[in-house]
Amino acid sequence: MLTFTLRRLLLAIPTLLVISLVIFLLVDLAPGSPLSQIPLTVPPDVRQKMIEALGADQPVMFRYVLWLRQFFWVEPMNLFDGWFGTHIVEGEQRILSWQSRSPVFSIIGERIPQTLIVIGTAYLVGILIALPIGIYSAYRQYSLFDQIGTLFAMIGFSVPTFFSGTLFIIIFSVWLGWLPTKYDTTLQVIDWASFLEQIKQMILPVMTLGLANAASISRYMRSSMLDNMGMDYVRTARAKGLSERVVVLKHVLRNSLIPVVTVIALGIPSIFGGAIITENLFGVNGIGAALIGAIQASDIPMVQTLAFIFAVLIVLFNLIADVLYGFLDPRIRYD
Amino acid sequence: MKLRTALLGAVAVMGLSPAAFADRGTDGEVKLTFPQAVSIMNPYLSGGTKDIYASSMVLEPLAGLTPEGTLVPKLAAEIPTLENGGVSADMTSITWKLQPGLLWSDGSAVTAADAVFTWQYCTHPEGGCSQATKYEGVASVEAVDDATIKVTFDGPKANPYTAFVSALAPIIQKAQFEACIGAAAPTCTDANNMPIGTGPFMVTGFTVNDTVSMAMNPNYRDPAKPAFATAMIKGGGDAESSARAVMETGEFDYAWNTQIPPDSQAAMAAAGKGEFVVAFGTLVERIEMNTTDPSADLPEGERATAKHPHPFLSDIKVRTALSMAIDRSILVEVGYGAGGKPTCNVIPGPEGWASDNTACLTQDLEGAKALLEEAGWTDSDGDGIRDKDGKKLHILYQTTVNPIRQDFQALIKDWWTEIGVEVELKSIDPGVFFGGDAGSPDTFQKFYADVEMYANNSEMPDPESYLSQYMCSKAPTPESQWQGENINRFCDPAYDALITELGTTTDMAKRQEIAIKLNDMVTKDSMIVVPLVHRGTLSAHSNALGGVQINAWDSELWNVADWFRVK
Repeated sequence: MLTFTLRRLLLAIPTLLVISLVIFLLVDLAPGSPLSQIPLTVPPDVRQKMIEALGADQPVMFRYVLWLRQFFWVEPMNLFDGWFGTHIVEGEQRILSWQSRSPVFSIIGERIPQTLIVIGTAYLVGILIALPIGIYSAYRQYSLFDQIGTLFAMIGFSVPTFFSGTLFIIIFSVWLGWLPTKYDTTLQVIDWASFLEQIKQMILPVMTLGLANAASISRYMRSSMLDNMGMDYVRTARAKGLSERVVVLKHVLRNSLIPVVTVIALGIPSIFGGAIITENLFGVNGIGAALIGAIQASDIPMVQTLAFIFAVLIVLFNLIADVLYGFLDPRIRYD
Repeated sequence: MKLRTALLGAVAVMGLSPAAFADRGTDGEVKLTFPQAVSIMNPYLSGGTKDIYASSMVLEPLAGLTPEGTLVPKLAAEIPTLENGGVSADMTSITWKLQPGLLWSDGSAVTAADAVFTWQYCTHPEGGCSQATKYEGVASVEAVDDATIKVTFDGPKANPYTAFVSALAPIIQKAQFEACIGAAAPTCTDANNMPIGTGPFMVTGFTVNDTVSMAMNPNYRDPAKPAFATAMIKGGGDAESSARAVMETGEFDYAWNTQIPPDSQAAMAAAGKGEFVVAFGTLVERIEMNTTDPSADLPEGERATAKHPHPFLSDIKVRTALSMAIDRSILVEVGYGAGGKPTCNVIPGPEGWASDNTACLTQDLEGAKALLEEAGWTDSDGDGIRDKDGKKLHILYQTTVNPIRQDFQALIKDWWTEIGVEVELKSIDPGVFFGGDAGSPDTFQKFYADVEMYANNSEMPDPESYLSQYMCSKAPTPESQWQGENINRFCDPAYDALITELGTTTDMAKRQEIAIKLNDMVTKDSMIVVPLVHRGTLSAHSNALGGVQINAWDSELWNVADWFRVK
């Protein structure tokens, strides 16, 4: 198992390098200019000077190598300097966003907590709703509960978040006036009152995303349970006289969870990736909102860095899912 | 009796506007929301309106502009003029006096050296200052003494109020930005995000592209202002959600740029929690006519250049007919509601600068048809499309991707089809259209289409630099890497001569007269530019917020120090 993990990690290095180059070229070749949001009243010669000050007029390969150096040397060492008070890369250019001129990693650092709290909670809530629905729907296949569960899943699948989110806003904020529509990122949780505020402002985005997450996971759970319900070992367990509760929750559920856990693990990078539409809709300043804002402003350093971090996370969680699979299912061996 | 009346009057005034006499910081928090989040608080490193407006709460210029477009002193003691000797008789220099006792929010004194530094900061060749035009023509800025700033121009300047005027050119603190000049400018993240200023508020927290938190400035020059102790600007979302947060849920006090469809405007206003306010500057949505041939059959390097005149748009009768076929009031009704007015002018305001040209406001489809007949365009094969010498009247009409613009395209296509013109529509991503990339065929400068639609405006009430865009020399060409503002490639020596005359005229009445003549030359006389809608900026404020005076000539938040809570 260890050699397998090491081999996969080593293989990941060239993969990620190729990915980084492809992302860089894609982002760079995409049409658009970092100055497209600047008013037309700014004349062409001033625009040219602004482009030069950004370094956007340098050749592509030069900028790629510079980015690689900044990403793999300057930024980690900058973190190291910050922790241990050393001065290894002091004065070196960090990766700066073109739009805000702030270091990209400070922006990401500012935004990761929001994304993890809101999107992470939504994922967790989604799983907690999905598993019971999936289990019971499979156990009572074609029952009324199963039909309702299926309807719920289909709605979650097919209604886009920009629609369900807006609908929730109109119902809960405009009509009922219970919940805020804009997420206040400056809110600090210091006492029960502010904690309650935090919960209140999280309800709408978590509900919107949780519905979508729960829909897909509950379907996986249901079908995996159905696969197992008809197996011989289930009949054996029943024949032994085990209670239904033990048969379903101990024997069937454990075996059915194997593929579901993999699906859940593979979905984790998407938590870090944020949720572009939901974050924008509710003003959660997470990673997804940062990405779409950077794309609209052709902020290449920001888009490039975020896209690459997503690539790293996806490669990493694929590996974790594989390893986890080996742990959960003793039949699978990688050596 | 007189004293009694005066006292009674004073009591009545106090009773009517209690908040005007409120003490500093007694009204709690004011919450603003922008559909585009604030990226940076330094207007010299950003051209984005969102950043300029946000920074105007903190940084201040010597003078600002009122909603009427007149100058109002901010840090300056008074506006220098020819009469008071502040502007030299030959118009080559202007001398500003600072108000006495001005302090930065950190308690240090504001001096003329800060202004000199600001000029050096923005004119540094490696700084990439986005407001460089504000300091164009400035030969030197000197600190005569601690409170006197002398700006010398490299020649007579008809409009000397550019440097250090309006939210686009505020004074920054030398002590804070000294190490941030030139190439180092973008690396000073803390200074750029939390500049020390003289305005009513100071930044206490900044999250990039999200929230700016501010507190009242204890050293603000008016001890009774601002009424609010803290302020915050939350960014992100879209115009619809910003408007909703003010007009329907009441979570915010003020929302900038809430340009939403007219029916949504009406629905939200009906909720009764706030109102929309609109300011009209010079922003005009227009159709620009290409005077050169954009045909793809021409070789690159010659396509869309003055070498090949446009096959039919070079005929003024065709251009006029196209303008006559448009019903501008329907366009306003569909697209902008209260946020727009029909117009025939490139310079629609302010009063005095605008031409009285209103001829285009009534649609005349029959007249347009007759004009096309007269120009020799007839439908000889009966397919509904006019032709001449075997060539069909076919127009490629491009604009950016934007729901209102697509509505406009559809409406105008219908009208043009009705007068026998075949119209092909094209919409381009705004990032590409306005991106100015010389390698892309879809930029508005390259203009590989017959007509295109977008909006443009004059930054200042005085439109000299704006009108000079249509000079022959400013046409984008392959030689200029397709940079240039005269995108129609309009070229009229008489126009260029008038622009030169405008540059040397200092008498205001005469300047306005020339500007009106120039406006007419590109609009009603030549139909090179077909103005459609005079667009305002539509913002919303809640009924609980008082003192809002929306402004099109300066930052919309120009008088934020006077805002108060309606109780």
